[in-house]
Amino acid sequence: MFDPLLADIRFGCGRSPRIAAPDSVEAMLAGLLGPDTAAAAHPIETYEIFLASRLTPMNALGRIRRQERGTALAEEALESIIKLNREGRKARLDWLVAHVARRITSETPLRERLESFWGDHFSARGKVNVLRISTSPYLESAIRPYLAGRFEDMLIAAVTHPQMLHSLDQHASAGPNSPQALRYPGRKGMNENLARELLELHTLGVGGPYTQGDVYELAKLLTGLAFTAEAGTEFRAALAEPGAETVLGTSYGGAQPALEDIHAVLRDLARHPATARHIAHKLAVHFIGDHPDTALVAAMAEVWWQTGGDLPQVYHAMLSHPAAWDPAPGNAKPPLDFIASACRALDVPPKALAARAGLLLMNPLRQMGQVWQEPLGPDGLPEADGAWLTPQGLAARLQWGFTLPQLMLDRLPDPRDFVVTALGARAPEEVRFAASAAETRSDGIGVVLASPAFQRM
Amino acid sequence: MDRRRFLTRSAALGCSLAASPLVTPVTLAATPGDHRLVVIILRGGMDGLGAVSPYGDPDFAGLGRPALDLDGGGAIDLDGRFAMHGALAPLMPLWQAGDLGFAHAVSIPYRDKRSHFDGQDLLEAGVAASDAPLPEDGWLNRLVQRMPDARAETAYAIGSEPLRILQGPAKVSRWTPEADLRLSPQAILLTRRVMQSDPVMAAALDTAFALAGSDGDALEFTGGMGDMMAAMRDDRMSNKDRQMPGAALARFAGDQLRGAARIACYSLTGWDTHKTQAHYLPRALTQLAQSVTTLKETLGDAAWGQTTVVAVTEFGRTARWNGTGGTDHGSGGVMVLAGGALRGGRVIADWPGLNETALYNRRDVMPTRDLRAHLAWILRGLYGVERSALESTIFPGLDMGDDPQLLL
Repeated sequence: MFDPLLADIRFGCGRSPRIAAPDSVEAMLAGLLGPDTAAAAHPIETYEIFLASRLTPMNALGRIRRQERGTALAEEALESIIKLNREGRKARLDWLVAHVARRITSETPLRERLESFWGDHFSARGKVNVLRISTSPYLESAIRPYLAGRFEDMLIAAVTHPQMLHSLDQHASAGPNSPQALRYPGRKGMNENLARELLELHTLGVGGPYTQGDVYELAKLLTGLAFTAEAGTEFRAALAEPGAETVLGTSYGGAQPALEDIHAVLRDLARHPATARHIAHKLAVHFIGDHPDTALVAAMAEVWWQTGGDLPQVYHAMLSHPAAWDPAPGNAKPPLDFIASACRALDVPPKALAARAGLLLMNPLRQMGQVWQEPLGPDGLPEADGAWLTPQGLAARLQWGFTLPQLMLDRLPDPRDFVVTALGARAPEEVRFAASAAETRSDGIGVVLASPAFQRM
Repeated sequence: MDRRRFLTRSAALGCSLAASPLVTPVTLAATPGDHRLVVIILRGGMDGLGAVSPYGDPDFAGLGRPALDLDGGGAIDLDGRFAMHGALAPLMPLWQAGDLGFAHAVSIPYRDKRSHFDGQDLLEAGVAASDAPLPEDGWLNRLVQRMPDARAETAYAIGSEPLRILQGPAKVSRWTPEADLRLSPQAILLTRRVMQSDPVMAAALDTAFALAGSDGDALEFTGGMGDMMAAMRDDRMSNKDRQMPGAALARFAGDQLRGAARIACYSLTGWDTHKTQAHYLPRALTQLAQSVTTLKETLGDAAWGQTTVVAVTEFGRTARWNGTGGTDHGSGGVMVLAGGALRGGRVIADWPGLNETALYNRRDVMPTRDLRAHLAWILRGLYGVERSALESTIFPGLDMGDDPQLLL
């Protein structure tokens, strides 16, 4: 059952020499309802600020460039665009450092893990200009505040968010009989992108009880969702398909399209038993292992169903199940978890990361197979261990672990102490031996970080 | 990896082989083991009608797609019936040489749910959609399992993402052009030791050490921190290669295939064109064209002559333009074929037509052939795999049908 060591390693951000492990499941969950001190200490811009301070001016400058082509004004605008882009790239690195810093310093590390899980579940990538850097603000506004609430509230926040509407092309989708489509025939119309991923990825799962007909009806129901840089998400009746739509046998909306109808279908999908099973399984795979105990998943799905998707109760169902605490080695750490847990165990001062975030974090993540915040598709990162334990990925982990810690710390810890800090009673004899046998401190630290005991959760 | 040193080394190896009295050009060419196969997975669902447009079909113009610009180079006529997208223009010399072809209206046996991720899993597993769990191994791995002389270097999965198509019991190599590793001699020993308890990680470690040590610079590194940082900088891909990795992946594949490798696989993304397809599709096609021409350049004439390249995607897209200047997930699509071993210069299709009733579900190009049948005939031609094995083991449940005679 509950083991503080595993609470840190499997459900947290790894062990820290400074921060004590939680002493119970209740303590782990209570932290989620307490103040978010990690975010306060290492702030990340909200999406509202991102829109106002980056996207709005970027759009305005783009207009000047187009309308004043060939003039000095357009030249100035171009310079300002280049400056905004440069600041954006810098901000993106700062946010990566903030994410890692939160993991190093958090007293509620489960929150960081949950943000990664749900942020990945609702993967939404910016595709053009300054939107390319907007994932962290999106997580800050649409995911992090909802980690300990009802799933339906997070679903509504994420799916109707400008980032998602942009990422899956919803903002351009006009119902076939909407005022816009009728006015501009052949130029304005509908696409199914968000509707399909909403059913397949965000809620029911690909094995769920839906058909192409449901995708089409849902696509019609979602029309009207749009956003502007100034106002954020807004419902535009001119894009919306008039009349009711039937999704999974239930009719939504009437003659006058409204945002409430979209919220209604999202609430129903959030509580659907197929959604409960799909996401309970996904949570268990993410935290426990590629082939989780079926009784554990069933218990989580049952609680989901009974509570209408109350997330802390679902987490409680997972954490109070004995299978969650199986002492056998669990999942391979994804690249960010590997790097951040190494930094937490080494107690790296976040300032040391900020100075060289590309070298220490961004490039190594890519070489380990995780292009940070640029998932290949809306399904986000792979969950299977095999995705990370590739020869090339492992090579990048070893290179990082043996080489880079000495750049982040004035003095590396004694490897014989570090093996205990990082792994506690889970340190295998051969790893203790290797740490003590290394000729240099850096090799001693490297071999601890390379060990399966550290690379698994 | 230091590419220059690696190339010099490969070239030297090539020379010494050719000069050796024991290995005459005849025996080299006569060995079935000289055939090369490159599989490129186009993730996202390539729009077959946009890549290779059936402009000779009278119903094509009624699909609401932008008119083809055959005079201005926006599209290039192939045979009076089909025209390829202008972004594929760099491949025109290959078409003229018979080194490029297309199979149209093909698809894997997967319909209706049109999920990228299911589709890609099925495409790589080589099986039809069903309720049964997917096999653990991919079809390329099952091919390697049948190759009597296969070693780990025979087949390469290239890139940093996992390639299910090559996963399985046959040992294959997985590497990415920018990966390398340098450790102190003692770190190498200690790492081997701590990995022993974890067979999955130990196996990956073996390959990593072997590949990092075989690329022209040694795994063992005894220099100082400054040398190490400089070497790590050298390994990194340029920004350009990172955004459009098609050429870099092809260069790496070509280098391996000139050596001991016979099978290489990698994937290219950017095909999921729901919106503003006129902007995104040409980018993706440009990268594909670059990748194929880079393969040809890197392989050189002799090896290219023994090479077949197939580019496959999980599904085609809707026949009609959607309301946002793009296309949604569909069914029938295009398979791109290239290589000196190909009997190219043709668009192979049992063309279903594009009028409303000819479309699958009145929305997608009707698939008229299982794309696995074309793959199977290629494997039959290249490696002599028996038809029964192709239809039962490599692509379970497949009916190969008539031989489309894809190879010379």
